[in-house]
Amino acid sequence: MNPNQQILFDVPGPRAQRRIRIATVLGALAVLGGLAWAVHRFASYGELAAERWQPFTTWPIWRYLLDALWATLLAAAATAVLSATLGLLLALGRLSAHRPVRWLAGAYVEVFRTVPVLLLIYVTLFALPQYGLNFPLFWKLVVPLVVANSAAFAEIFRAGIKALDRGQTEAGLAIGLRRGQVMRLVVLPQALLQLTPSLVSQLVGLLKDTSLGFVVSYTELLYSGQVLSSYTNLLIQTFLVVALIYLVVNASLSKLARVLQARNGRFTVRGRAAEPDPAAPLLTRGGTR
Amino acid sequence: MDALTAHLDELGHGLVTTVHLTVVTTIGALLLGVVVATLRVCPVPLLRSVGTVYVEVLQNLPLLALLVLFVFALPTIGITFPLFTSAAIVIAAYEGAYLAEAIRAGINTVGVGQAEAARAIGLTFSQSLRYVILPQGLRAVVQPMGNICIALLMNTSLAAAVGVVELTQAANNVNLVEAQPIAVFTGAGLAYMLLALLIGRLAGTLERRWAIVR
Repeated sequence: MNPNQQILFDVPGPRAQRRIRIATVLGALAVLGGLAWAVHRFASYGELAAERWQPFTTWPIWRYLLDALWATLLAAAATAVLSATLGLLLALGRLSAHRPVRWLAGAYVEVFRTVPVLLLIYVTLFALPQYGLNFPLFWKLVVPLVVANSAAFAEIFRAGIKALDRGQTEAGLAIGLRRGQVMRLVVLPQALLQLTPSLVSQLVGLLKDTSLGFVVSYTELLYSGQVLSSYTNLLIQTFLVVALIYLVVNASLSKLARVLQARNGRFTVRGRAAEPDPAAPLLTRGGTR
Repeated sequence: MDALTAHLDELGHGLVTTVHLTVVTTIGALLLGVVVATLRVCPVPLLRSVGTVYVEVLQNLPLLALLVLFVFALPTIGITFPLFTSAAIVIAAYEGAYLAEAIRAGINTVGVGQAEAARAIGLTFSQSLRYVILPQGLRAVVQPMGNICIALLMNTSLAAAVGVVELTQAANNVNLVEAQPIAVFTGAGLAYMLLALLIGRLAGTLERRWAIVR
């Protein structure tokens, strides 16, 4: 909670404290009531019985689910690497000095930012094979995800590059670097550092997108849950466990994004910032070469 | 092109379903977003935690997993809704979490002096939120909320994966009959782009009309 929200109300006096206590009790009752209702539902349909949850304490089931999680992570990693690279190229294209390059990159981003991923997946599933492009299952999931996510990454990169102080570019040009060098040595290192939190949050979105493997029947987490539940007939249990796995993985990633935000995008705590090196401003990477 | 004109009826029906789903869901998500954002800034610690847990859970689960859970798994404990209603509830709940975060960001942009002034003239928490903070906070985030609505439009296509015949599914069905993927899918893609453009324009207009000149 930041101080701005705290300012919406004063330090509670006796009457406000009484009201807060009443609201707390009512809120707690509502939450508990909801939980009790859910438990009652589960119990009255026999879904709470021990033997319907027992399988999820056994290793074979968990090995299956962990294999599925591995497939999810693999698809997410491939998508992340490819779409971040493509996104960076597109962002540079949109900022290019050549009009046709700018136009092409802009058109790509605008089109694929506003077309649903599922439509792209249907295109790779049902349209491309007619033209001889029949990818393996893994790529049928990853290719459409890359096409859609690279547009999102391009927008993140472009915003980050534009947000950087113009003086940095001007200084780079003034000391005689070429445009490409300025981008590579001056602008990108700083912009990427600033962007790390947004890039990590984009990873969460991307990992969630891999659940579309459900549609292409690539055995990632959600589709594996579907397969598992059709064997065991433990529908709600399986999907709740699958949801829990997604939640744990994504919440850790989101947490990482927040930590990075607080640390200005650095993975390590900046201990050295406490005692600034007086010579530091002169020792830039470009200068020591 | 013939494939498109021959099945205009089916595709039009899909388009209407997509628009219907988008409008219903946007309204639901907006209401939910305001409620959850209010929970997250209210003076009661328990309710603040409830809001935080809601946002964390909904933002970290894939929408498709929620849809599958709701549509295929909940019937086993006797909770069933019509397909369209299920999809609308789940998408509204999911996008509501994102809108709540946008609205909270808007609340944070309102100057501290505004809240202090509101309390100084004796407004309670809910009054100051209703008459002072939210009217200003919401104006500051019209554009981000427009972007979330565009994301919502694209996410309505996921309802196809659980059986709602909206635009994406209609296009797919037509393609299975006609086998003219380029015409059919490009048509559907263009329709989505137009709808997204429309939402973007609307958000732009509203932002200009409501902007506060400071």
